Amino acid sequence: MAAAVETKPSAAIAAQRVHDGFRTAVSVVASASPAILVLIVLTLLQQAQPALHQFGVGFLWGTDWNPVADNFGALPAIFGTVATSFIALALAIPVGVAVALVLAEQGQTTLRGLLGTGIELLAAIPSVVYGIWALYVLAPWVYEHIEVPISDHVTFIGWLSDPAVRGLFNAALVLAVMILPTLSAISRDVIRAVPRGLKENAIALGATWWETNWRVILPSARAGIFGAVILALGRALGETIAVTMVIGNQYVIPHSIFQPAYTLASVIANEFTEATGTLYPAALVELGLVLILVTLVVNVFALILVRSTSREARLTA
Amino acid sequence: MNRNMRRSYSSRTWLGLMYALTVLALIPLGLVLWFTIAKGLPSVIHPQFFFNVELPPCEPKCPAVSNAGVGHAIAGTAIMVGLASLMAIPVGVLSGIYLAEYSIARWASGVRLACDVLVGTPSIAIGLFVYAFLVVPFHHFSGFSGAVALAVLMLPIVARTTEGAVSLIPSGLRESGLALGLPRWRVSLQLILPAAAPGVITGALLAVARAGGETAPLLFTAFGAHILELDPNHAMQALPMTVFRYALLPYKSLQAQAWGAALVLIVMVLGVNLVSRWVLRRQIALAGSL
Repeated sequence: MAAAVETKPSAAIAAQRVHDGFRTAVSVVASASPAILVLIVLTLLQQAQPALHQFGVGFLWGTDWNPVADNFGALPAIFGTVATSFIALALAIPVGVAVALVLAEQGQTTLRGLLGTGIELLAAIPSVVYGIWALYVLAPWVYEHIEVPISDHVTFIGWLSDPAVRGLFNAALVLAVMILPTLSAISRDVIRAVPRGLKENAIALGATWWETNWRVILPSARAGIFGAVILALGRALGETIAVTMVIGNQYVIPHSIFQPAYTLASVIANEFTEATGTLYPAALVELGLVLILVTLVVNVFALILVRSTSREARLTA
Repeated sequence: MNRNMRRSYSSRTWLGLMYALTVLALIPLGLVLWFTIAKGLPSVIHPQFFFNVELPPCEPKCPAVSNAGVGHAIAGTAIMVGLASLMAIPVGVLSGIYLAEYSIARWASGVRLACDVLVGTPSIAIGLFVYAFLVVPFHHFSGFSGAVALAVLMLPIVARTTEGAVSLIPSGLRESGLALGLPRWRVSLQLILPAAAPGVITGALLAVARAGGETAPLLFTAFGAHILELDPNHAMQALPMTVFRYALLPYKSLQAQAWGAALVLIVMVLGVNLVSRWVLRRQIALAGSL
């Protein structure tokens, strides 16, 4: 009897210990992702040391990229990355928000189900397939039917001149297609998280579908949609292969958006395996470091925005 | 009344415009599918395309039926994605269980944020990282390092989808397990995980499809090869790299191979996605009935 009384609590303690062991074990395994993230940044920081020492902060606004003279600057690549991403965003935002409004409607019709599946498949297509399609189909078509007419008729704007098959604008166009699913899927979730009461009140007051969405739902989902846009920006900044295939790979700041350019990711993809010496590969890694730090900041900012809006929605609902 | 008519018409016009923009967004999907099928099918209909390896470009005169194929790339993709799955899926599933079962823990929100940030990390940077870690010390490119790069890519996807699938399981199942005196780890691994299996498998499949289509992290790790290579200790070819390299070459015969490889990739990726959507729908129905 006494033994039984004694074993009971110790069994409970043992069970508790096993449970704590399990919890510790899974939390250690789960730490793999944060650990890898930190390791990536530290590794790139260490690999870029020679270039960091040689060029300092001036690396960011140097325009020269000369492996022979060991002189490297990142500005043309940064310009190309930022320009393609922002043109892509400008093209993708109106379409992406429209898609999100359509998909966020309540009730599942066959048409909406099909549209949703289509958008998800758009996200699933590998980057390299977009690349080969853009290279052989999209870019020649856009060159002939959009770029040439524009530059012929709008002769007085310098940055709309000199069309080329491979260039900044075509890269931005592929990017727009590629970030659209991210943009619309997250915006849809944010719009769905808007408290139902708001929508019902607007409808009860006699607002039409458009008035409800434009004056009530979109304004209250604004911060979350902004987060979705920033998240899509992060994807656009880091996209490599499709952009590399159509941007034309010229390390210059182009005078026209139709002209060839370069992005941070494309420079690394094209040149890293051929880079010899110490300074050249280090400069390429430093481009990667710039890229990853920018996308890190952009992503964390966007995730915080998206989460705070859906949490707010849950609290006010 | 006139004003209300105008409002109603304007609302309908906007609604129509929104649907029109949605359809516009899907046009690229149709075009990509159409051109990949149209241009890739002539290569893919020859069975040797799947088994033979690369032949030197045969411009300007090619034999009517080319004997070249992408067998080496298919084998490389299979081996590297397989190895990556062995590394990423167990870790990812356990991470997902941690995220779902201990979701209130402060560390869990940190892990969740890290996973989401890792998903958005440029894959080319992952390639650079693995290059510094596994290629530089061994002085040669290898399929194994390619697999590690792909595993880094897959891990957060598996973790987050597992978390989603586990959270779908009603807490009644967990409570009944605990009430019967099962320890927490058995509840998690032997009760909740099997119930969430379809969702977990879906996540793993989606991660496999994503890894199978990635090019950038392989450029400096697996590097590519012209011959069939089954030893992960050597440089390996992969399907997306075949598309990337051949598409940029001036030879028509190799460009045709690139389109063929792109078609194989698309069929794989879309097949996995459609199957996993079907599985996921069953999971949601199952969870609802529990």
